[in-house]
Amino acid sequence: MNDNIVAKGIVQDESLLWEKGKKGKEGFSVPKNDVGSFEVDSDLLGEGPDFPDLSEVEVVRHYTRLSQWNFGLDTGMYPLGSCTMKYNPKTNERQASLPGFAGSHPLLAEELSQGALELIYNLEQHLCEVTGMDAISLQPAAGAHGELAGMLIFHAYHQKKGAQRNKILIPDTAHGTNPASAALCGYKSIPVPSNEDGILDPKTVAELMDEDTAGIMITNPNTLGLFEDNILEINKIVHDKGGLVYADGANMNAVMGIVQMGKIGVDVMHLNLHKTFSTPHGGGGPGSGPVCVTKELEKFLPVPRVEKQGDKFILVDNRPDSIGKLHAFYGNFSILIRAYSYILTMGKDLKKVSQYAVLSANYIKEKLRGDFHIPYDRPCMHECIVNDKLQEENHVSTLDIAKRLMDYGFHPPTIYFPLVVSGAMMIEPTETESKEDIDKLIEVLKIIAKESKENPDMLKESPKFCRMRRLDETTAARKPCLTG
Amino acid sequence: MKEINELVLPEDYKYTAEHEWVKKDGDTLQIGITDYAQDQLGDIVFVEFPEIGDSFDKDETFGTLESVKAVSDLFLPVGGEIVEINEALEDEPELLNSDPNGAWIVKIKPSDESEFDSLMSKEAYLNQLKG
Repeated sequence: MNDNIVAKGIVQDESLLWEKGKKGKEGFSVPKNDVGSFEVDSDLLGEGPDFPDLSEVEVVRHYTRLSQWNFGLDTGMYPLGSCTMKYNPKTNERQASLPGFAGSHPLLAEELSQGALELIYNLEQHLCEVTGMDAISLQPAAGAHGELAGMLIFHAYHQKKGAQRNKILIPDTAHGTNPASAALCGYKSIPVPSNEDGILDPKTVAELMDEDTAGIMITNPNTLGLFEDNILEINKIVHDKGGLVYADGANMNAVMGIVQMGKIGVDVMHLNLHKTFSTPHGGGGPGSGPVCVTKELEKFLPVPRVEKQGDKFILVDNRPDSIGKLHAFYGNFSILIRAYSYILTMGKDLKKVSQYAVLSANYIKEKLRGDFHIPYDRPCMHECIVNDKLQEENHVSTLDIAKRLMDYGFHPPTIYFPLVVSGAMMIEPTETESKEDIDKLIEVLKIIAKESKENPDMLKESPKFCRMRRLDETTAARKPCLTG
Repeated sequence: MKEINELVLPEDYKYTAEHEWVKKDGDTLQIGITDYAQDQLGDIVFVEFPEIGDSFDKDETFGTLESVKAVSDLFLPVGGEIVEINEALEDEPELLNSDPNGAWIVKIKPSDESEFDSLMSKEAYLNQLKG
């Protein structure tokens, strides 16, 4: 085992604050009361909450210790496929905390919010440039919310045409949220099987596409990390039957500045600012999933819209065909600032972001050849998929490999997804990892492949070095304990 | 993971490409998942049932299985009406792992008996697995 890749160190245990509290301990001094007392209606009185008494140092250590159990991008590599866990540059935080932004209020009058409105307007323009789409709303709060917005726009479009449709085609390599978003909008999702190359066959789409089908939701690159080579033909088939094409932009990190979605026939797509545009991802949000459309569909976008009139930015609500409001005010504004900061920082190098992301994934795939099975062996985009086929003879599974990776200080990749690959490990390094760190991940995976032959039982017992050993996921799911 | 020759597949059941089995039970049919399916899915933690009285076409999704690895759709091998669901699985979904051939999921009244006859025999199913 190579010394410089082993995770080690002190990890403190920590009990619940309620278990640590002791009557009489104080964390702060209450200022002397300088107002007179007042009788409170007894109906408003009751038992206070059972807060533990603690000293300041106990509280600080408690939360510091908990934070040390956490693993994030500031800790190490997080190659979670289809999640684009790229580093979040600190300048984004600095811009978002500028007093003019941090202290702004959404109820301030337009003339006092010109800077914020300008940022929204400019960010929309930049994202139009990156995607090749014509108009964007920044309201949706996350990817699946953007998908729902897209489906509502599909619905509004067919409504306007005068004939509603009830089905949506969804490839088996699409993101898992796509069928859920379609179902939430009342559509029945029709699965489209991918072919032996892992992509869509236009013939299959043609067989399924009919006049009751509102359109197709394509993730491109798909969740096998492969570009849909037949996208032009597929989009034409869908359009010829009066349907619309939705592109799930979650994998946009592979094609920024390379594929103009508007030009290849995409009608609606969403972006994940918390993936592609380096805003914080995970931990429950907030996220941002802008919905992007063609000129023809612009009238359906959520209101209010930010428009420019001369030198002034105004909010426009009067859009009779709009699908309405999707979020309080204008979306998760503080996240928009971070994405805008990222775009201005990167400038035309955004194209290089995608090129490096794709290069990193292909490099990993080629280096793992021989140690891990590659189910779809062709050049990949920003993520690559290997599985546990070569480890099967030693009864070592993807789960064991993922658990063992934690012993070496890496967050595991996405596992058992996409469902079309048995035992999938979906590795997305992103462009922000250096070659040195990527080489460490490769080295560790090769060590694990070796361990699976020489010491499979040890892998079954991993992780060995983490604070918690192998958790009983089955009991956690069957009999969840939801209280402290 | 089990080897193919370790799988327990009753002779008198019919099988589908989606790894479900069908067993005749009077004038109803029991539907379950095969030993292979439960082995691939891993520990099953939740079963989402249809309502009694719901009707489905052949190959339509009638419920879902959630395992520690993934959520999978259940496809009705023979079209018909749901007449009973196996409530024991609500509290003990693990029965699908421990006794896959006994733990039926739903009983249906088939709308077309010939659909049952056209399902795979044990031998055909095994050949597909070896495929």
